[in-house]
Amino acid sequence: MSQYAALLLAIPLLAAFAMPLTGLIGKRIRNSWAIIAMLATVTAALLLVWEVLTQGTIVYAFGAFDSAQAIPFDSGGVPIRILFVIDAMSAFMILTAAIMMFAATLYSISSESEQTGQDGYYALLFLLMAGIFGMVSTGDLFNFFVFLEINSLAGAALAAYRIKGGVAVEGGLKYAFISTVAGLFFLIAVGMLYGQYNSLNIAYIASVIDFTGLSLVAVVLMIVSLAMKSGSVPMHFWTPDTYSSAPSSITALLIVSSMASLYAIFRIAFSLFGLTMNVVTIGWVIIILGILSMFIGVSMALPQKDVKRLMAYHSVSQIGYMLVGLGVGVAVLGDAQMLAQFGVVAMEGGIFHIINYALYKGLLFLIAGAVIYRCGTANLNDLGGLGHSMKWTMGFFIIAALAIAGIPPFNGFASKLMIYESVFIFNPFIAVIAMVVSIMTLASFVKVFHSMFMGPKLPQYETVKEVPMPMLIGMGLLAVLIILFGLFPDLVVNTLVEPAALALLDRSGYIASVMGGI
Amino acid sequence: MDFTATLFTGTGFWNPIIWILAFVITSIVAYLIWRSGVSTYQKGTEQVKPYLSGNAEPEKSAVHIGGGNLYWGFTEGLKGYYSRLVPLHTGDLNDYMLWYFGVIIAVFALVVIFL
Amino acid sequence: MIEQIPYLAVILIAGIGIATILLKKNLIKMIMGLAIIEGAANLFLIILGYREGGIAPIFTNAPGGEMVLPTVQAMTLTNIVIGFATTALLLAFAIIIYRKYGSVETNNIRRLRE
Repeated sequence: MSQYAALLLAIPLLAAFAMPLTGLIGKRIRNSWAIIAMLATVTAALLLVWEVLTQGTIVYAFGAFDSAQAIPFDSGGVPIRILFVIDAMSAFMILTAAIMMFAATLYSISSESEQTGQDGYYALLFLLMAGIFGMVSTGDLFNFFVFLEINSLAGAALAAYRIKGGVAVEGGLKYAFISTVAGLFFLIAVGMLYGQYNSLNIAYIASVIDFTGLSLVAVVLMIVSLAMKSGSVPMHFWTPDTYSSAPSSITALLIVSSMASLYAIFRIAFSLFGLTMNVVTIGWVIIILGILSMFIGVSMALPQKDVKRLMAYHSVSQIGYMLVGLGVGVAVLGDAQMLAQFGVVAMEGGIFHIINYALYKGLLFLIAGAVIYRCGTANLNDLGGLGHSMKWTMGFFIIAALAIAGIPPFNGFASKLMIYESVFIFNPFIAVIAMVVSIMTLASFVKVFHSMFMGPKLPQYETVKEVPMPMLIGMGLLAVLIILFGLFPDLVVNTLVEPAALALLDRSGYIASVMGGI
Repeated sequence: MDFTATLFTGTGFWNPIIWILAFVITSIVAYLIWRSGVSTYQKGTEQVKPYLSGNAEPEKSAVHIGGGNLYWGFTEGLKGYYSRLVPLHTGDLNDYMLWYFGVIIAVFALVVIFL
Repeated sequence: MIEQIPYLAVILIAGIGIATILLKKNLIKMIMGLAIIEGAANLFLIILGYREGGIAPIFTNAPGGEMVLPTVQAMTLTNIVIGFATTALLLAFAIIIYRKYGSVETNNIRRLRE
């Protein structure tokens, strides 16, 4: 059995709980411990992704010598241990999370250097990462719920980290409340499925599922709760509040947390239920949520005055793109000819958009954090003329803003092209709305660029210089990846995205990897 | 790395390397056209100052439009849409929960009707 | 019908919790409503495992007969601990908000809006 799956979870947990001890010794020891643990986790994640892409799905049974012992001979074919089932889609999400963890931790070393309570900050950061890695690798529904809650609590506490006169605590409170309600209804849905099939394992339930009215209630509760956690309209109201009041590196990680909830929607729709549910209806529900998110997100972003709130509304809008892309995939799941013609491309576009979005949105939030770090304000009316002094930040901003608007040759264009072309065949209105939203995205980032970086040098920002080196390295890594993914999109699609899309569509392969082809 | 960096969607293709080459060639052509321009243009003289009906040009910081006001025309034109959308974002936690349960009921009704 | 009464109780308790979250403006009362919904979820999980006339799921010196399901009991314990941590965090947030804002009504903690 691959050991990297267990290391992926064990290293962040160990690092989180040992962080206060190293903090007692000294500040440099603690920062070095954070960097070492982060490098170890990222290495384990990359090795795990490499192993999955070369050898196929990995099944790791906790507490057993071998994954074949997951199904004992006297249990009647029911797996009884907690399993991590890491197929190509989970590996894709692990890669995304690992890249963001690297950039955000490096960034935090210097952006949080003046704050108090840094021991708690780094401990919670590693707990958040453990939660994200667990959420995307697990093959067990209740285990997913536990990691969801770890995620929510760590994320909420980190969002409220700098109290800032209570405003950040309000954002953290809303996030914690929303996540708890969503988690409780998710648990009720898991209970409904357990009561019918007497197992919590996704692969086992998928092999014996039969779509009754209770399963219908369960799937609706699960999808709506997870959609709320990922920030889709009309339940997106917490997103601007929390993302704007959290420290910027944490916002970048909260975005990965939303991506993990989005991954769970697709795991449930494709691998757990698959064709047993009414895919056209559920697919259209996801598409409608996606269209609303795209349009309302970007139209609320245009009149904003706070730069982080504006970027958070764009985050809502980009989630819409992924929901539309993968919703089209769900809706044509039953029709093999339409699936081959455009369904797989739509899914690939949606999945490719996940990693692109994490890269450029993370970079945008880190840039906003850099500007706030130097200038002390996030209000667009007060900022101006920073292009004279913060040249690297301005360069990274141009790259990220062009990427999010879908301008060639950056990576946003490649994934948006795949979504436009495939969704156009499905229903042309959706593609037209998506293109209009893309134009409005460009418009709002031109606004941000003009008001932050253009213009004369203002007298109150006379002493502003470039941000410290760790922040620049963190941002630079993301910018380099954006350019690379933009220049070689087919390499990324063929090695990372296409196996992920095919793994989602291959429901019987997922079941067979756990149940052993019974 | 061979030159087949072409992404094939089902109905089209996209090759960023060829796009960059085309962009560079077009930029070179545009630059050559620009260079053979008007020869009586001198920077730094009266030719480049804006004409404001004979008034003095105010200093730059007085005419810089701040961020929040840049798209006034757009938001003013779509006033009917924005006046209904923005008050929905109240910031009140009860309303957030109301939307959540409302969407559960709406999706449930949709799924049951179109079963 | 008499076997369905526990499920009706779950729906009733969850309904009371949902009504509390939607109708009450005080943050402490909303957190209480959240705890009520959590109680409903725990009750639902325990009821799923009940078998008529079943004994405790312990193998040592067990008299014969059917056992109630132990997995849901483990799930409920986990959920109780998660709920405890969540309630503690939310109440800590409520204390800080009261100190900084001066009020715990959701009408007044609205500085982040639109």
